[in-house]
Amino acid sequence: MQLKTLLLGSAVASIGGMAAAQDMTFVSWGGAYQASQQKAYVEPYLADHPDMSITWDESSAEAVAKLRAMNEAGNITWDLVDVVAADAIRLCDEGLAMEIDFDEMLAEGDDGTSAEDDFGDLLVSDCFIPQIVYSTTAAYRPDLLPEGAPAPESICAMFDTETYPGKRALEQRPINNMEWALLCDGVAKEDIYDVLETEEGQDQAFAKLDTIKDDIIWWSAAAEPPQLLADGEIVMGSSYNGRWFSAIEEQDQPFEMLWDAQVFDLDGWIIPAGLPEERLEPVLDFVRFATDTQRLADQAAYISYGPARQSSAPLVGDHAELGIPMGPHMPTAPENSQNVFVYNYTWWADYRDDLDAKFQAWLAQ
Amino acid sequence: MTDATVNDTGDELILDKGEPPMWGFTVPVVAVFGGFFGFLAGNTNDAGLMGFILGLIYGGALGFILNSFVPNRTAGRWVVIGLTAVLGFVLGKWGGAAAGAIVGAVMSWVAYWIGRGHYRDGVPIYATAGQTLWHNTYLFICGFIFFFLIAPILTIIPLSFNAENFFTFTPEMLSLSPEGYSLKHYQDFFTNSDWQSAMWNSLKIAPMATILAVGFGTLAAIGLSQPHVPFRRAIMAILISPMIVPLIISAAGMYFFYSRVNLQGTYLGVVLAHAALGIPFVIITVTATLVGFDRSLTRASANLGADPVTTFLRIQMPLILPGVISGGLFAFITSFDEVVVVLFVGSAQQKTLPWQMFIGLREQISPTILAVATILVVISIALLTTVELLRRRSERMRGLAPS
Repeated sequence: MQLKTLLLGSAVASIGGMAAAQDMTFVSWGGAYQASQQKAYVEPYLADHPDMSITWDESSAEAVAKLRAMNEAGNITWDLVDVVAADAIRLCDEGLAMEIDFDEMLAEGDDGTSAEDDFGDLLVSDCFIPQIVYSTTAAYRPDLLPEGAPAPESICAMFDTETYPGKRALEQRPINNMEWALLCDGVAKEDIYDVLETEEGQDQAFAKLDTIKDDIIWWSAAAEPPQLLADGEIVMGSSYNGRWFSAIEEQDQPFEMLWDAQVFDLDGWIIPAGLPEERLEPVLDFVRFATDTQRLADQAAYISYGPARQSSAPLVGDHAELGIPMGPHMPTAPENSQNVFVYNYTWWADYRDDLDAKFQAWLAQ
Repeated sequence: MTDATVNDTGDELILDKGEPPMWGFTVPVVAVFGGFFGFLAGNTNDAGLMGFILGLIYGGALGFILNSFVPNRTAGRWVVIGLTAVLGFVLGKWGGAAAGAIVGAVMSWVAYWIGRGHYRDGVPIYATAGQTLWHNTYLFICGFIFFFLIAPILTIIPLSFNAENFFTFTPEMLSLSPEGYSLKHYQDFFTNSDWQSAMWNSLKIAPMATILAVGFGTLAAIGLSQPHVPFRRAIMAILISPMIVPLIISAAGMYFFYSRVNLQGTYLGVVLAHAALGIPFVIITVTATLVGFDRSLTRASANLGADPVTTFLRIQMPLILPGVISGGLFAFITSFDEVVVVLFVGSAQQKTLPWQMFIGLREQISPTILAVATILVVISIALLTTVELLRRRSERMRGLAPS
C-alpha cells in the first residue's frame, strides 16, 4: 500500500512537472531557413526560458490543408506556423488564423516607431506577422553557356533557347511564370495584371511558355533547381534567392545570380485561431521577442533574406560563418533590385484557382 | 567448325559442339551486343547514335579477332580487359578505366560465348533455333529485371560518400580521387539532433508495434484457423483490410478517429496505428504455416495430459515459429518504413526516420538522406540474413532439411 501511494505520488509529481515545462510546436520549412530561425530567435529565447522546449514540424508546405483538418478534428496541435503571405491571407479569410493587434502584441521598433509603422506596407493581412522579404529569382551557370554567348542580363534569357540552349527549371505553378512570359513577350511591367485578366492575355502567356515547354524541367521543392544546376542537368532555373545564396557562397557552386525581374514575396508567422489561453500566452511572449528589430536583423546573418522591419535594415551585418557582409546579397539591396516585380496578392487571390486549373490543363497537353 | 550432319528427313541438324558461322552469326551478334552497350554509354552523353555505331564496330571487331586469332580464352579476355581499360583511362581517368575494364570483361565474355557456341549450353541438343533464342532471351530479361531492381539501390551507396552537398557524381568521384569522397554525411547523421531523435523515435515505435502486431496477429490466425469459428471469412477480410485499403484513406480515417479519443499526436497512437498495419502480414504468414500444421499433434498432446496452453506453447508454437518470425519481420519493416500514417497520426514529437527523410527530400536535398538509406539497406540485409540463418539452424536442430 505504502509503495503504491509512493508510486502514485511520483507519477502525479512527474505529470505536474511536465505541465510546468511548456512545449511549443512551431511549424516551418525545414532546411537552411528553419535553421536561421532556430539560431536567430529560438536559441536566444530558450536561453532566457530554460523551462520551455520547442519542437519543429516541417509542414509549412501543407500548412493550410493541415490546419483545416485540425480544425475539423477539433485538435489544434500547432502553436505557431510559418507561412507565405498568400497562405496567411487564405487562412485569415477562413478564420483559421488569429487576428493580430500589431501595436499591442508586437514590440515597437528600436527607434521608437510603432510596430504597425515599422512593418509598413508589408502587413498584408490582419493575421500575418511578416519576418522576411524573399524573392523568386533566376540563376545560371556561366560554364554551361555556349561559347561566345553573352552573360544573360534579363529574365528573357529563360525564353531564349537559341542563345542559351539547354533545359531550364521553373516552378510548377502559374505564379511568376505567367508574369515573366508576358514581360518577355513585350507587355509593359505595369500592364501585366491587366493583360493577364483577359482570356487573350492568358493565351498569350501560355503561347510564350509553349515556345520553351520542351526545355522546361518543372520543380516543386525549392531545393531542386540548385541540385539540377549543380548536376548540369539545366543551364538556368528559378528558385528562392536564399537557396541560390547558399549554393553559391556556402557550397562554392559556380552559379551566377540573375536578379532581373525578381519577384518579391513575404514569409511570416500566423497563430492558429482558437488556442487555449495557457498555450496562447507563451506563444505571444515568443512572437513579441522573435519579431523585434534586433532578432529580425540577426536572422539575416544566417540566410540572405531581408528583414521585414524597416528598423532592422541598418543592423544587418555579416554572415555568421563566412563573415561576408550580407547586405549586398539581400534581394532588397539597391544593385539587386533595379528591376523588381511586385507580386500582386489580391489579384492572385481572385484568379489563382482558375489559372491553376488552366495551367494544369496546359501542362497535360 | 564441324560439318553439319543431315538426318533422315533431310533437315539440317546443328551439333551442340559445333561453332556457329563467323560472318553469318558471330560477328553480327557480338556487334549488336556492342552496339547496345555503346548506345547506353553514348546516351548518357547525348550521343546515343554515335555510341551505337562505335559499339557496333567494337563488338564486331572483338567477335572476329578473338574467335579467329586468339584460341586461348583466358589470355584473350585479359588482353581485351587491359586494352579497353587503357582506352577508358584516356577518355576519363581512373573512373573511365574502371568502366572500360568492366565493358572489356563483359564484351570479351560475350564474344567467346557466342563464337564458341556456349549459348546452347543450357538447352537440349534437339532444341530449335527459336527455342535457343527464347531460352537466352528469357535469361537476359531476368537479368535485366534484377539489374533494374538492384541498380538504383547500388547507385546511392557511392553517392552517400560524396564530398559535396549534392546528389552528383562529381568529376573527382568519377576519377576515384580521395578528395571526392568523405564521411561527412554519415557524421551529419550521427551528430545532427534531428536525425538522431528521428532514429530513436523509429527505434521506439517499430519494436512496440511489432510486438503488438505479432501477439494479436498470431492469436487471430490461430483462432481463425479453427473450423468452428463463425464468420471466419468476414472477420479475416476485416483484419486484412489495412493492407488492401489505400494507406492514405486509413491514415485520414485514423487521424479523425484518434483526434476524438485524444490519441492523435501521441506515442501510443502511432504504435497502435502501426500495429494495425502490421497485423495483416502476421495473419497471412501464420495462416500459411498453419495450413501445414498437423492437428493430430494437438490431440496427441492433449491425450498425453497437456492442457491447451502447454500444447500451444510446446507443440504448436515451435512449429509455426518460422511464420511468426517472418510475419513479425514484415510488421517491423512496415512500421520502420511507414511515412503516410505517421504524418497523420503522429505529431512532430513522433517524427520517425522515413518522415525525416521525406522532409529532407522535399526541403533540403542533402546526401545525408543517402547515408541514412545506405545504413538502412545494410541493416535490412543484416536482419534478413540473421533471420534466415536462425531459421536454418532451427530446422537443422529439428532434423528437417533447409528448404
